[in-house]
Amino acid sequence: MPPASPKRVGVLALQGDFEAHRKALAAVGASVVEVRTAAQLDGIDGLVIPGGESSTMLKLLDAENLTGALAEFGGRRPIFGTCAGAILLAKEVTRPAQASLALMDIDVERNAYGRQLDSRVTHIATEPEFGERTRPPSDLEAVFIRAPIIRRVGADARVLAWYQGDPVLVEQGKHLVATFHPELTPDLRVHELFMSKL
Amino acid sequence: MFLDETFRLKVGLAEMLKGGVIMDVTNAEQAVIAEQAGAVAVMALERVPSDIRKDGGVARMAPIAKIREIMHTVSIPVMAKARIGHFTEARILEALGVDYIDESEVLTPADEEHHIDKRPYKVPFVCGARNLGEALRRIGEGAAMIRTKGEAGSGNIVEAVRHMRTIQKEIKQLTVLGKEELMAEAKRHQAPFELIQWVAEHGKLPVPNFSAGGIATPADAALVMQLGAESVFVGSGIFKSDDPEARARAIVKAATYFNDPAKLLEASEDLGIGMPGLDISKLAESELMQTRGW
Repeated sequence: MPPASPKRVGVLALQGDFEAHRKALAAVGASVVEVRTAAQLDGIDGLVIPGGESSTMLKLLDAENLTGALAEFGGRRPIFGTCAGAILLAKEVTRPAQASLALMDIDVERNAYGRQLDSRVTHIATEPEFGERTRPPSDLEAVFIRAPIIRRVGADARVLAWYQGDPVLVEQGKHLVATFHPELTPDLRVHELFMSKL
Repeated sequence: MFLDETFRLKVGLAEMLKGGVIMDVTNAEQAVIAEQAGAVAVMALERVPSDIRKDGGVARMAPIAKIREIMHTVSIPVMAKARIGHFTEARILEALGVDYIDESEVLTPADEEHHIDKRPYKVPFVCGARNLGEALRRIGEGAAMIRTKGEAGSGNIVEAVRHMRTIQKEIKQLTVLGKEELMAEAKRHQAPFELIQWVAEHGKLPVPNFSAGGIATPADAALVMQLGAESVFVGSGIFKSDDPEARARAIVKAATYFNDPAKLLEASEDLGIGMPGLDISKLAESELMQTRGW
């Protein structure tokens, strides 16, 4: 039997650390496509929305008529959002309130730890399920940069990792969000987890 | 130094700003216009570079009340400028809680021999550079982001192009040399040997490389991005044009679609009149900002 063709994964490349995600996805065996237009969503198996400035991404999504296309894509294919990406996938966004794709039943507060001086590299505890679906060890190094906090998690969403009592890695159906940046550490398990959902 | 947690966080924020536009603003009203247009960050300063050039005198760190007002008004990162070598201005900006400090040649230098030792700070720094040696000296001092200098306040892209091309060419040259040739290169570039080795091995700077100094149009932004800039700083180019909102939006679009001529055409329509430009070859040596920095 011929080897299975690699999964095609898009990275939303309007702004942010999409290059870091491209490398991480390539390292876990994906064929990576940069997405800047609605047409580039055709034929991909999943999409990553990277870290960056969510307000900038929103402006570009609106100006380029991408908001509807992304919402439609998220209705049928998995999306993985980190930091700004998590903010875009949330249902409600506060501090300040802003629009979002509302693909996941979570509420998010922007810049909730404070400014850059409150950014941190730390270790977080994962649920046993995370280790079962990826590989040990159970904890993860997490880079938080001007990070949001997930203030509410809906009944259908599942928390896979916590930091200081707040959910930081959350899954709901096809979709996955992290408030930290797994793309900035050499540990590929969160990207592997996303690949397993495609 | 690249494994150090603090340095990773400093570079991490620069990673988040890639593919974006950082806009100079002098008050909260301009900061809102910048944020609404899609800026990834704003740079708080007292006067934009073209006004500093026109007014003369000593240019210092912006008034604290002004920076604080901008920090309270927008949700995107706020940067502020400190004078070259002025480590107490930098400590004050850190205490204020700005997200990035630009140790900038646009302000009047406080020290004509030394830059700030940026390593002990928790706040990240960006510094200007005209060539690879200057970039690596600044990184050696702890800068977590480099921006090519160009010629600030000129509205003329020629120096930004020269500096980006120079750095890219000098990086490429290192990648084809043998290991035994690198110490002589460190001597020639007047740069730390370890950083010369890192660049030779990886073919890029160890921190993000943005472009500044003379960007006035969407086409200018796309040009420097195609030459290798990972984001752009726009100073006088926006608020010295006759329609800042439209121009700011257009430059944001150009930074994302820098490789897409049809989108760049859309971004270049209906912009009104750009800022007046200067012929840099007509400027006296003493009027140049790019030669500040050592």
